[in-house]
Amino acid sequence: MTSPNPSVFLLMISGQIEGAQFPEYDDLYCKYCFVYGHDWAPTSGLEEGISQITSKGRGSTQSLVWNFPLDITFKSTNPFGWPQIVVSVYGPDTFGNDVVRGYGAVHIPFTPGKHTRTIPMFVPESTSRLQKFTSWLMGRRPEYTDPKVVAQGEGREVTRVRSQGFVTLQFSIITKDMKKLGYDTTSGEQAPATRLAGTEQPYRS
Amino acid sequence: DLRDKLRKKRRALQESLGKVKDDTQKLTGRGDDPGETLRRSLKAQRMKKKKKPVHQSKAASLLQQEASLEQPSHLRGPRDRETLTRFDRETDLDVHEEESSFAARVKFRDAARKATRDKRTETGLPTEEEAYKFFTFNFDPEPQESRRKDRAKKKTRSTDDEENEGEEDEEEEEEETGRARAREGEDESRERDEDAPLVRDEEEDLFIIDQSAKDFLELKKADYIGYNRRVLREREIFFTPSTRPVPASCKLPENVQPRYLEDEGLYVGERPPVALSNQNILENRILKEDGQGKKWFGDDGRILALPDPIKESSSRPPLYHLEEELDPALQTVYRKPLKSKYVNRYIAGVGDTQGDYQLDVDVSGLIFSHHPLFSKEHVLGARLAQLYDQYLSRQHKNLTCLLTDKLNGLRNTIRNMLELHSGEGISHVTQQRIAEYKQEVHTRQLRDTEQEKDRTLLKSIIKVWKELKSLREDKGCTNTPYKLYIRREEIQRALDEQEQEAEILAEVAELQAESEEDYERKLNEYKRKHEGWKSWKKKQKTLKKKQKQRRQQSQDVDEEEEEDEHSEEELGEEPVKPEAPEKPDIAGLEQQVREKAAKIRRKPGEPVLVPELTASNPITPNEACPGEISRREDVSKRSLFVKVLYNDKEVSRTDSRSLNMDFRVHFGQIFNLKIVNWPESIKLQIYEGVSSSSSLLAEVCVPVPESSVLTGSTPSEELEFSSNQRVTFNHEGVGSVPVSFTNDGSNIQTLLTSGKLSCCVSWAVGEDDIPLAPPSTQHGAGMHGLRQMDAIACIGASGLNDMKRLGKWAAESRLDPNDPNNASIMQLLSVASGGEVVAPDYFRLEQLQEEFNFLSDEELERSRRFRLIRLRSQEEPEFRNFKTIPATEREISEKVFEEYDRRLKEGEVIDTKEHIDAHRALVAKYLQKVRESVINRFLISKHHYILSDLVVEEEVPSIVLGLNLFKLAEPKRPLKPRRKERKKVTAQNLSDGDIKLLVNIIRGYDIPIRKPHTKPAAGSKGARSYTETFTAASTSQTALQASEWPLGQPVIRPFVEVSFQRTLLQTSTAEGPNPCWNEELVLPFSAPNGDYSTSSLQAVRDEVFISIFDEVLHDVDERERGSSVHTRIERHWLGSIKIPFSTIYMQSRIDGTFKLGTPPVLLGYSKERSLGSEGGYDAIRSLSEGTFLTLFITIEPQLVPGDSIREKFDTQEVERLLLACEIFEKDAGQRYPDRPCVTTVVDINGKTVFITRFIRPLPPPQELLDAFPNNSQEATELVVRYVSLIPFLPDSVSFVGICDLWSTCDQFLTLLAGDEEEHAVLLCNYFLSMGKKAWLIIGTAIPEGPTAYVLTQEQNRYLIWNPSTGQYYGQHDTFCPLQTVGCLVNADNVWFNIQLYATPIRMSFDVTKPKFWKPFFSRSFPDPGLSSVQPEDLVYRRTDKAYAAELQDIEKILREKIMEWRPRHPTRWNRYCTSTLRQFLPKLEMSGGREVAEEHRLELQSLLGDYRISGFPLHLPFSEIRPIIEAVYSTGVHNVEAPNVEFALAVYVHPYPSNVLSVWVYIASLVRTR
Repeated sequence: MTSPNPSVFLLMISGQIEGAQFPEYDDLYCKYCFVYGHDWAPTSGLEEGISQITSKGRGSTQSLVWNFPLDITFKSTNPFGWPQIVVSVYGPDTFGNDVVRGYGAVHIPFTPGKHTRTIPMFVPESTSRLQKFTSWLMGRRPEYTDPKVVAQGEGREVTRVRSQGFVTLQFSIITKDMKKLGYDTTSGEQAPATRLAGTEQPYRS
Repeated sequence: DLRDKLRKKRRALQESLGKVKDDTQKLTGRGDDPGETLRRSLKAQRMKKKKKPVHQSKAASLLQQEASLEQPSHLRGPRDRETLTRFDRETDLDVHEEESSFAARVKFRDAARKATRDKRTETGLPTEEEAYKFFTFNFDPEPQESRRKDRAKKKTRSTDDEENEGEEDEEEEEEETGRARAREGEDESRERDEDAPLVRDEEEDLFIIDQSAKDFLELKKADYIGYNRRVLREREIFFTPSTRPVPASCKLPENVQPRYLEDEGLYVGERPPVALSNQNILENRILKEDGQGKKWFGDDGRILALPDPIKESSSRPPLYHLEEELDPALQTVYRKPLKSKYVNRYIAGVGDTQGDYQLDVDVSGLIFSHHPLFSKEHVLGARLAQLYDQYLSRQHKNLTCLLTDKLNGLRNTIRNMLELHSGEGISHVTQQRIAEYKQEVHTRQLRDTEQEKDRTLLKSIIKVWKELKSLREDKGCTNTPYKLYIRREEIQRALDEQEQEAEILAEVAELQAESEEDYERKLNEYKRKHEGWKSWKKKQKTLKKKQKQRRQQSQDVDEEEEEDEHSEEELGEEPVKPEAPEKPDIAGLEQQVREKAAKIRRKPGEPVLVPELTASNPITPNEACPGEISRREDVSKRSLFVKVLYNDKEVSRTDSRSLNMDFRVHFGQIFNLKIVNWPESIKLQIYEGVSSSSSLLAEVCVPVPESSVLTGSTPSEELEFSSNQRVTFNHEGVGSVPVSFTNDGSNIQTLLTSGKLSCCVSWAVGEDDIPLAPPSTQHGAGMHGLRQMDAIACIGASGLNDMKRLGKWAAESRLDPNDPNNASIMQLLSVASGGEVVAPDYFRLEQLQEEFNFLSDEELERSRRFRLIRLRSQEEPEFRNFKTIPATEREISEKVFEEYDRRLKEGEVIDTKEHIDAHRALVAKYLQKVRESVINRFLISKHHYILSDLVVEEEVPSIVLGLNLFKLAEPKRPLKPRRKERKKVTAQNLSDGDIKLLVNIIRGYDIPIRKPHTKPAAGSKGARSYTETFTAASTSQTALQASEWPLGQPVIRPFVEVSFQRTLLQTSTAEGPNPCWNEELVLPFSAPNGDYSTSSLQAVRDEVFISIFDEVLHDVDERERGSSVHTRIERHWLGSIKIPFSTIYMQSRIDGTFKLGTPPVLLGYSKERSLGSEGGYDAIRSLSEGTFLTLFITIEPQLVPGDSIREKFDTQEVERLLLACEIFEKDAGQRYPDRPCVTTVVDINGKTVFITRFIRPLPPPQELLDAFPNNSQEATELVVRYVSLIPFLPDSVSFVGICDLWSTCDQFLTLLAGDEEEHAVLLCNYFLSMGKKAWLIIGTAIPEGPTAYVLTQEQNRYLIWNPSTGQYYGQHDTFCPLQTVGCLVNADNVWFNIQLYATPIRMSFDVTKPKFWKPFFSRSFPDPGLSSVQPEDLVYRRTDKAYAAELQDIEKILREKIMEWRPRHPTRWNRYCTSTLRQFLPKLEMSGGREVAEEHRLELQSLLGDYRISGFPLHLPFSEIRPIIEAVYSTGVHNVEAPNVEFALAVYVHPYPSNVLSVWVYIASLVRTR
């Protein structure tokens, strides 16, 4: 299907949500979803997912490991609205209520290759101390109406958040036809360098 | 045969093996021969010894046995084991008895070995002797031992070839065992020789078996070591520290008693907490490690530990206060971003090997010259010290002496010169010289001043000292250690006098000479001037004479001339007459000199006074001077430290040192600053502190040292500092304020804190004596030079554009034109000087913008793709959710924009084609415009978010927290479960086919029954008035038809057909007028354009049509009856309900019994009434007329309805009112969440308006009132009908995603479209103007959901009016669609329903009862008197009748449509019938659509006796033609497929004022019966 004049470019993402660093919490699971612009459409793969619950290891690392695979392919005509992955982490609080432990989003890297991203996570804060207390008591912490909010800038000014741990993701990116459509994501210096390395003189008498 | 032989032999061998075993057992058991037994026992011993090393450690046993230094690892070899296991595979011997089997094996093997040996030697049998010898020889262990020892020695000698050794060992061992075995074998063989000679023959075979390669498997019991033994062994390796405390004696050196520092009064910090058991373990462990274990213990016998480093108090201040606000100190302060000055000031070469630069700042100490804590004595003392310092420094310089010497020298030279030339022949040069020297002599004056200064200094020293002394006497104590001694140096009076006299004389002489010279000079001057004056006088005189003469000569001279002369005279101004200089006063001079000498020099003969200041005076101790104590205490509290700031950043600070009594502080600290930035400034800040707080006292800037200033070679500088703070004390300290030192308050001095800081800043010297200074010398003049070289740094970036400045800079910095680095600049300069480049004299922002434009604007306009993207981002409705804009231009067709462009164009041009009515077209346009403007406003507000839009947060329970705590204890599975909401699906991940519409048709009531078309019906009933309807049970229709039907013939066979989005589904056919279907129909739903966003779903205008049909079976051909029966199914429409999808979507479910929209006349059908047959419920039901259907409609999965848009529109209401509204609504919502409560609404301009402003009596059209002048009831019904005829248009459709918009009545009448509330408001206003008591009901109804009805009070009864259908219900009507009453509104107030029930049947409408109704305006918040937004009067336009007639064209359109819907059948029109029907329609209109059926039917019957007619009139308000077509289509009349069917269609449009049109469509199908 290699046409000289492609009408879309493809972005293939495979990777995984490797794990998280939440020093205070345990038994967490995470959800992910992708947020992308109008010109993007997933062609295959899962757009949303929910992971297993993981507990902390006994080792010294104290990290939560999910190793939750991501595998999705997007097609698009326009890099505007480049996909972002939104990760939200949930886990039980002291009373066993399932509460949100963090939201975070990051753009999918746009250069081909392997990338590791660590997203700092945050949760919305209660509006008042009393509410904080009651929400703690009732196990109903404030949550975003839609986790996808964290991937957009609009309306965020009305919220207050607190940072909370990190999630590490790993992506392997393959793109197709990006260059043919005029979007060059690899840096200019790299390309010639590799070519030079490739075109070594075959022989020298 | 060889093989056979072998096999045989092997078998024999096995047998023999068994035998051998037996033999040994026999042997051991028997023991008859004493020699044999001895041997046996010996053997057993050996075997035991042998066995041990095999099973345990051979080494151990060997060591025991032979005390040799064998290494255990060497003793066990594979070969060894091999010998053991050789026959394990072959033999099936029992190994359970280890010893015996082993013995047997060994024996056997030895036998074999022996055999081999025998074979090898080819000697056959050894002789008895030989054997015996062998045996005896071997039995001697000594040689072996010696050899072993040898070997051990050898081993010690050479340890490097251990492997060989090992092998050797093995061999040795092998040999040994071999030998032993051989011995045994010998025995054995002997025995065998004696007993069983058969074995012999099998020697060769044994050999073969011995060589077999299969035997490498060892079968062995699992090792087990007994517990105790294991413990023993482990004890050697493991150490388990006990948790018991260690006695102190173990931890300390012998004979040392533990020493407790704490008890001795020394401070011992608190140890960090460690569990005692852990500590004990650790101590035990340490002690176990022999040797230096004790060094870990302190004198007190405890483990050494540092004090607990953890602070008890938190070092972070609390972030929050109770007031919800951050501590002001912690609040974020916005500062404008500043570009760091130091970004580009890193020292070049940092990070290189020599790149670390170090600056040493040595702060040695400081001395206060004044400090607020100085006592007066201190002040004086300081002054004294200062003066003394000055004195010393003057003394050191000794200027006076120097100048005196110089003066003397000069005088001498002059004298010499004069003497030399002694008057005559003084050359010009020497004269010149003398003059110069004389000039020099003015050093005298310098000397004089210096001398004077010395003198005054001395005087003031003495004066201050005197003051100090007197002060000390006054106070009676001494604070300062200063003591001034004045040494007198006695001088010989005569000599001194002489010298002085000589000096004076010399001076006088000089002065005389000078003054004489001066006099002469002045005299000369005078003479010269005098001459000039004289000559001028002469001229004057002559001139005057001439004038006189002239005057005398000609008196009549012109005046002008005279004037000229006058001017002439005046020009020659009279010069001042010079005065002769005075003769210098020689005597006076001398007098002067003497006076001066007396003043500035000591008197002749007076001793030279040399002051000497010492600090030896003892300071009075505190006890002696009570006045001083507080001051001294204060001083001792003070402490000082110095902060070192590098480039305005604090890098370090000194320790805090307390202030001494002498106000000196010694720091003596050196700070080594490793620097990466260029040093810009080095500052030292002196801080003074009392106890913990400290304040900045002064700041001293230290110059950045030159790179040649290195540590070690620089003396420390004294930098003065001072502070302008004002300090006062109430003790003896003088403070830093104006202070008077005399008792009378005069002589005020202002003393400011000041002092000297001695410090030294220098570059450090590295290890190799390399100065760690930046290489400034490379760049010429260091930093400055660097700046000079960098053009931007020198003239600034903006200067680069300025050619002149650049040129100037280039000239100044003397750029090397040959340097390639400067080539570009030089070129630029050459161009600039050539004048070719003229700098523009305008300023330009973003001068690089053009570079960044990736397209020109025109291209951007032309590109379809960019246009598409732009329109999408503007959220134009056509493109709002446009997905995947193609990547390339060519893939976008122009068609995409067609619709949009057309819409833009349509803005001006009104398309009258689609709308028959021009007015309506205009209205539609207007509506569209309003809609757009509202949407735009809404879009803006949509992008304003509040917290609740983004964050879901539980609300704080308002009542008591405890109640919610009870909720926690609620059972998880209550016995009486409450209905839970289904999970709602956000409508974004949906696609076509995911959503289904579930329609559950349960049952129907009162469906009209067929009438036999042969017989005329009984009495008919005229139109009833609405009062009648409710006063008594209607008995209008009697159940008389039932008997008319033949037995078994069903009265009616109804089924329900549901159509939605052109999907048709129907239920099975039931029978009877009250059928029960209970069927669920599933209809697929697809959103427009596959867009399942909330806003798009709200905009779905599709309606669900639910129609009841009667299924009629007709025999097709009666002639063929008998053989086969052909029946044709015909269906007749009986009535329908339409429910807009938006209602279902917003409500999420619709449940209830609905009245079917039945036509007023159903030809061929009549209502059957069963009276009293069922009683109860039916009795009530029969009160109301009509056909009913019980339905349940919902969407699967449940969609999240569009969020109710928060009304954040601007308003003109008073803030207080809005606040009250908010509270009222919130309160209502909390107490009765299911009762709608509305106090403010949004008008069509998007502004919030209080609801009562909409209610105002407004007169209905006069012609409606005039129609029934004496029947108010009729008039009322007409008015209601008029209102209901205004087309209905739900807001959710017209204003997608926006709240309800309320339009005023005039707007409503102009728009001719609105939803419930507009109808209700209009109706309410009409009722009010008609003198009724009317209210607006805000409530929920089915199927509309939240809606508005009108309540009227008539003759103690309440009537509920549905304004959009014109129906009315009594309060107790079961089928009243109004389900919940939320609040009542009239022009004055809003009442919220606080009764237990909200259904109209079970509640009271008496708003005066505060128990039932909560008023908005009450005594606490009275009605402020709100003006109405409604117009005072409504203007109605008379509708043109002719115009209405024109609209009859609809008929034509409908006919065409019906023909279109029947593409495969001919459609015939019965004109006769049509014309008859057409006559009926106006009558129907007149009667309001009520009971005209009977006469009508009769009339038709007579006309069309031959036809079976089924048909009905449809009544619709007119808005557009499309709904009419849709309604006709839904009846399915066109579906009749009988071959001889004929149709009749008539349309009547009745005009009402203001273009309100009532449309009647009569449609009928006729089948000829004969």
